[in-house]
Amino acid sequence: MSQYSAFGLLRGALNGQKHWQPAWRDPEPKSHYDIIIIGGGGHGLATAYYLAKVHGLKNIAVLEKGWIGGGNTGRNTTIVRSNYRLKPLHDLFEFGLKMWEHLSDELNYNVMFSPRGAMFLGHSDADMTKLAERGDAMRCDGIDADLMTRDEVQKLEPLLDMSRDARFPIEGGLIQRRGGTARHDAVAWGYARGADSLGVDIVQKCEVTGFVRDGDAVVGVETTRGRINAGRVGICVAGHSGHVAGLAGLKLPVESQTLQAMVTEGVKPMINSVIMSQSLHCYISQSDKGGIVFGGDPDNWPSYAQRGNPMVMERAVAQGLALVPALSRLRMVRTWSGVTDMSFDGAPIIGETPVKNLFLNGGWCYGGFKATPASGWTYAHTLATGKPHALNAPFALDRFERGATIDETGSGPMPNSR
Amino acid sequence: MINFSFDGKTYQAEKGDTLAAALLRNGIGLVGRSFKYHRPRGIMTAGVEEPNALVTIGDGGRTEPNTRATDVFVYEGLVAKSQNRWPNLSFDIGAVLGLAAPALSAGFYYKTFFGSAKRWMFYEYFIRKAAGLGNAPTKTDPDLFSQRAAFCDVLVVGAGPAGLSAALEAAEAGKRVILVEQDNILGASLIRDGQDRDGAWVESTQARIRAAGGRILTRTTASGYWEHDLVTLTQRIAEPGQIPPHGVAQRLWHVRAGQVILATGSIERPMAFAHNDRPGVMLSQAVRTYLNRFGVVPGKRVVIATNNDDAYKTAYALKAAGAEIVAVLDARPAPAGADSGLPVYHNAVPLSTKGARHCLKSVTARVSGLTQSWDADLIAVSGGFTPVVHLHMQAGGTLDWNDAAQAFVPATSRQNVTTIGGAANPEPVFNVVPVSTPKKSFIDFQNDVTLSDVDLAWAEGYRSVEHLKRYTTLGMATDQGKLSNMAALGRLAEKQGVAIPEAGLTTFRPPYTPVTMGLLAGAGAKDAGAHVRRLALYDVHAAKNPIWQPLGYWFRPRAYPVGSETLAQAAMREAKAVRSNVGMTDVSTLAKFEVSGPDAAAFLEIICATTVGKLAVGRGRYTFMLREDGFVFDDGTVWRLDENRYLLTSSTGGADRMATHISYVRQFLCPHLRVSAVNVQEHYAGIAVAGPQAKATLAALIGEEPPRHMSTVLAMISGVPVIILAASYSGERAFEIYVEASHAGPVWAACETEVAKQGGALYGLEAMEFLRIEKGHLVVGGEVDGRMTPHDLALDKMLNKAGGYVGASGLSRPALSEAGRRQLVGLEAIEGNIPEGAMLVTGEGASPQGHVSAAAFRILDGGSIALGQLTDGFARHGEELIATSPTRGQMARVRVVAPHFYDTAGERYRD
Amino acid sequence: MMQFTCPHCGPRDQAEFIYERTVDAVVSLDAAPEEAMKSLFTRTNPRGVDDEIWRHTYGCRAWMVITRNRVTNEISATRAVGPEALP
Ligand SMILES: Cc1cc2nc3c(=O)[nH]c(=O)nc-3n(C[C@H](O)[C@H](O)[C@H](O)COP(=O)(O)OP(=O)(O)OC[C@H]3O[C@@H](n4cnc5c(N)ncnc54)[C@H](O)[C@@H]3O)c2cc1C
Ligand SMILES: [Zn+2]
Repeated sequence: MSQYSAFGLLRGALNGQKHWQPAWRDPEPKSHYDIIIIGGGGHGLATAYYLAKVHGLKNIAVLEKGWIGGGNTGRNTTIVRSNYRLKPLHDLFEFGLKMWEHLSDELNYNVMFSPRGAMFLGHSDADMTKLAERGDAMRCDGIDADLMTRDEVQKLEPLLDMSRDARFPIEGGLIQRRGGTARHDAVAWGYARGADSLGVDIVQKCEVTGFVRDGDAVVGVETTRGRINAGRVGICVAGHSGHVAGLAGLKLPVESQTLQAMVTEGVKPMINSVIMSQSLHCYISQSDKGGIVFGGDPDNWPSYAQRGNPMVMERAVAQGLALVPALSRLRMVRTWSGVTDMSFDGAPIIGETPVKNLFLNGGWCYGGFKATPASGWTYAHTLATGKPHALNAPFALDRFERGATIDETGSGPMPNSR
Repeated sequence: MINFSFDGKTYQAEKGDTLAAALLRNGIGLVGRSFKYHRPRGIMTAGVEEPNALVTIGDGGRTEPNTRATDVFVYEGLVAKSQNRWPNLSFDIGAVLGLAAPALSAGFYYKTFFGSAKRWMFYEYFIRKAAGLGNAPTKTDPDLFSQRAAFCDVLVVGAGPAGLSAALEAAEAGKRVILVEQDNILGASLIRDGQDRDGAWVESTQARIRAAGGRILTRTTASGYWEHDLVTLTQRIAEPGQIPPHGVAQRLWHVRAGQVILATGSIERPMAFAHNDRPGVMLSQAVRTYLNRFGVVPGKRVVIATNNDDAYKTAYALKAAGAEIVAVLDARPAPAGADSGLPVYHNAVPLSTKGARHCLKSVTARVSGLTQSWDADLIAVSGGFTPVVHLHMQAGGTLDWNDAAQAFVPATSRQNVTTIGGAANPEPVFNVVPVSTPKKSFIDFQNDVTLSDVDLAWAEGYRSVEHLKRYTTLGMATDQGKLSNMAALGRLAEKQGVAIPEAGLTTFRPPYTPVTMGLLAGAGAKDAGAHVRRLALYDVHAAKNPIWQPLGYWFRPRAYPVGSETLAQAAMREAKAVRSNVGMTDVSTLAKFEVSGPDAAAFLEIICATTVGKLAVGRGRYTFMLREDGFVFDDGTVWRLDENRYLLTSSTGGADRMATHISYVRQFLCPHLRVSAVNVQEHYAGIAVAGPQAKATLAALIGEEPPRHMSTVLAMISGVPVIILAASYSGERAFEIYVEASHAGPVWAACETEVAKQGGALYGLEAMEFLRIEKGHLVVGGEVDGRMTPHDLALDKMLNKAGGYVGASGLSRPALSEAGRRQLVGLEAIEGNIPEGAMLVTGEGASPQGHVSAAAFRILDGGSIALGQLTDGFARHGEELIATSPTRGQMARVRVVAPHFYDTAGERYRD
Repeated sequence: MMQFTCPHCGPRDQAEFIYERTVDAVVSLDAAPEEAMKSLFTRTNPRGVDDEIWRHTYGCRAWMVITRNRVTNEISATRAVGPEALP
């Protein structure tokens, strides 16, 4: 692996940047791996990286049906934060956030993690109390959180509509200053490059189409590039969790829905932080290229179409413009969507399945990007040892039938009411 | 003549000019700067694919940055400014970045700027400042954006000859037709090619379409093709920056079409050669457009570079306009384009250009292996044609490779859409492999992506077309890759050693051209799309100037301050009035359902987790409802109004959810029951009268003995029939009076008079909150947070022993009765005031064991009290804890107590 | 945005409808608890056709079952349910 550095770029300036090597190989799949990870998104690649790096395993493959990072990893609005309300979520996401802070160095790949602050706006006294409760819960669990006055909010984001007679007047906010955004593609590519250099085979254009069973155990996978045997198999396919688990005869507490996002033409810096809202369902940030990145609600009905919807998009834009009227004359240049795996309590699932040797990492809904390092770390531990890491133990698949759901919003088992 | 300004200088345009035409007319070639290297750029196209000539138009709240000069029509007073340059367009300091270009190769930022996240943010600050193009406005948009829905049999997109003919045919066949054209005139290629010089054919066709009932929308772009033949149209009513005639700047259409015909034509491709990005490098058809449509001659000494016949038309047109054609570089071998009377060179492809003072000076080409140069001030290039298949692809279609045209054309479609004209049958071209040095051969002009960037991405393993795109940022600029995608694909295929169709394709993502955000938001920008519902008694409250509080769809009075009272003072006065005398409040927004029929009680025993069947006529009781997973999700009261008629109330915030739940259960879980459940939430307005004098007040109002606690009667107030429910949320003797919303005014007035006579007061939500907390009553969204079981909330004794209610199965899950659950408790301050929302901890630094769900003060006796959730709380009464709010710097020492602080025996509401 | 054909109202924009759940996730009141939790908490979630319950909430408020392909959004059948569907 050629080391990345400013010096390397300068050297390249003289040689036409000809000295760089491929960031990852393009290997033919072997006939057997100790561990196969299905899905070359950020989570799958991070899992492979930590399996090799932390657990010293060498014979690992990541099988990706398309191109790595082409799923939700490459489609998300890249908000990274750990400002949740419930303890198990604090523990998992904060563990991840701490990893983000050093991820570029760890991977020798600039993932551009930019802790510009993730801010929830409050629009009423009731909102502000709810935000304080969330912030207090975070602070007691050792996570940074600060309540902001109206003035502080305005100072951070001068373009917010601060008028008192707005439909959703801004009364203040809750900020996690260590939250922010990162460069999504770089996360997939950085982990891929790291994993590849540790000997992991990343096999693209290789779709898993079935499982090879020996009694009640999985011993391999069928793919579009042939059968591949495996000691353990880890599903890590986000929106396709239901489909892939279905190939093994499993039904999951997951429904796939479309979530769309959009970006405007690039403009000079105007949004400084990540703006979210306690009462509205839109989130706004500005990318390094200058585009205003916008997201809203998921589509609230099942879909694998990976296509957006004008109705949902227009609602999100209306909400965003109500907050930041100066966005009115910018132009939306691109909209896209991903298939999200909406779990039935809004929290992820990481752990074993009823099928022997088969493990599941999914149910990330619209919020798994921020967890990429933590997800990889804990899933690698689970796959390597066969047992959950303390951080993912609460996120077991059987929590639904046991009644131990982790329901951040308290809205119950229907993902469409979340 | 029309006056406009560019970078502060005033110029004149002709009527009908685009800004680009007007700039060229005035001899202005340098219009903008590129994104990454700040390279000087001019006008390359005459359409929406323009990557270079981006300007900021207008001022104040109407400022539109990044506007393509080719896509705005000049109006009197138009103000245009160049962007992404400092101090000015011709001398831009940022251009020094061009010197660093060799180090700033594709994806360079992934390989450097390491260190802590803070360190990256330091670099990022400068990167962000350098990035972005124009500046966004900072003022509020003064204009309106409207939205409209339409239906038609045939929607035709594109009004060139193919689109016009298709629209005419459909309209005259009696179909409802909508024809849309993004340009401000019809005719498209006919105008460009000067084929309908007197405009007669376009004119008569358009008249016939209209006469047959067709609707023609110009300046309207079909920007998105969604499900089931829904197409969104964006219509410009005013040009960018222009004051709209009737206040509406743009209109968004949602058109549901029976059939869609795409006659969207094609976009000409540039060619890759060194310094192909200078002002003076223009697409051949664009040159023709400026000549034939606008009468502007963009160059005097012109080189033509082509791989097809079409560019010859440009050469002839230029010649006819008096320009000199110094060379026609035809990539094809002889005899293509022969007999033209032009200086044609075969096997000729451009290698590079030279320039001076931001103008083109000369063109160098390789002609049959030899290098040759010409002085020229314009090079018109035609690298072939890319059919506009965006909408076809958005509709879920597939593409075929047309080898003769070296282009993708529409194949199958999933929706009811067909493509006709040039978009389906592009002209044949000759495949040209770039021979120039890849370094300064731009393919994505705006984002400064060159062939060598593509090569680098390939070498580094970013080989799928999507990786290539993302790694180099190719196709991500405001022109959305309209000019660049095919060039990149060609290079990729070459590297892979495969034909272009095997190299893959990127997704065509909506919108076709960028869409103004204000337009998408429409009227919703004002209220975030959340309409406010008005209380039936809104005017009555408004006259008293209360403090309002948002609740669900409504705003309700939170308190009615008198004089200079603060919210807290007013609320406490109001609460005291209820505790010591009488108060009244508007409770209209509570969810209400009328359930009737022989099986009404059976149905209610499915919805509610408590018993209902034993309720006598005229009696009511508290009840709560479970979700299917066994958690409490709402509570309220149920009343037996008649033998087979019940009224069920539940929370305001949960009203929609409850309405859906009731309907779902009724339709899917017990369709056999003879019952009807009607949502009467806004049919009735509600007034609560509460306090020790409530009974006397009510007696005076209805002229009879008021019902006992948890009883109901029908009565008359001011001649209006009302339902009276004797229920208490406040903990005092209380009544809820329900009246048909349209008749609520006189009833409220009568109550107010009677309450005033007693010396009572109006009270708002804040006082209500104080009262219910002190009494230990629950609130949905507070104590009832969707994570608590009946047992957690100490409601389990009320569960219907017979079971059969929704949620009974969910409740039986093991974790719902394990130790360690959060349970409802009361909290009493020992020291300090308890902050609402605070965490409950055993000591500094300890992990939270619960939280304060609601906090208040004892109304008559003073003292801070609260309700909360605490791990195993039932068994911890008497224990001391700390309620801490680090975010507010507040803290209180508290004692865990039972969650009832007032009249625990419930004596105050009995007579 | 799709277009549904409400059995009572005819073709209408999807914006008027709200999705509830799939038909196989209707948990009957007399199901054994374990069965009930299974159907409440698991879905086949097919990358293909499923029978979905939708409600014409912002229209006639009636419920219906729509058979829909979740990849192509093709709707192959719509039927009314509940007493409303009785003759
Ligand atoms: C629009 C949008 C916005 C979002 N915004 C945020 C945000 O701001 N913050 C945040 O934290 N999260 C966000 N998310 C969620 C986040 O993107 C995901 O939770 C996360 O990226 C999931 O990563 P993953 O690696 O598990 O999945 P993916 O990146 O989707 O990877 C799964 C991979 O599996 C592959 N695959 C599927 N089936 C097979 C098969 N049979 N065989 C082989 N391979 C297969 C897919 O091709 C895919 O590459 C957003 C999601 C979307 C769609
Ligand atoms: Zn209907």
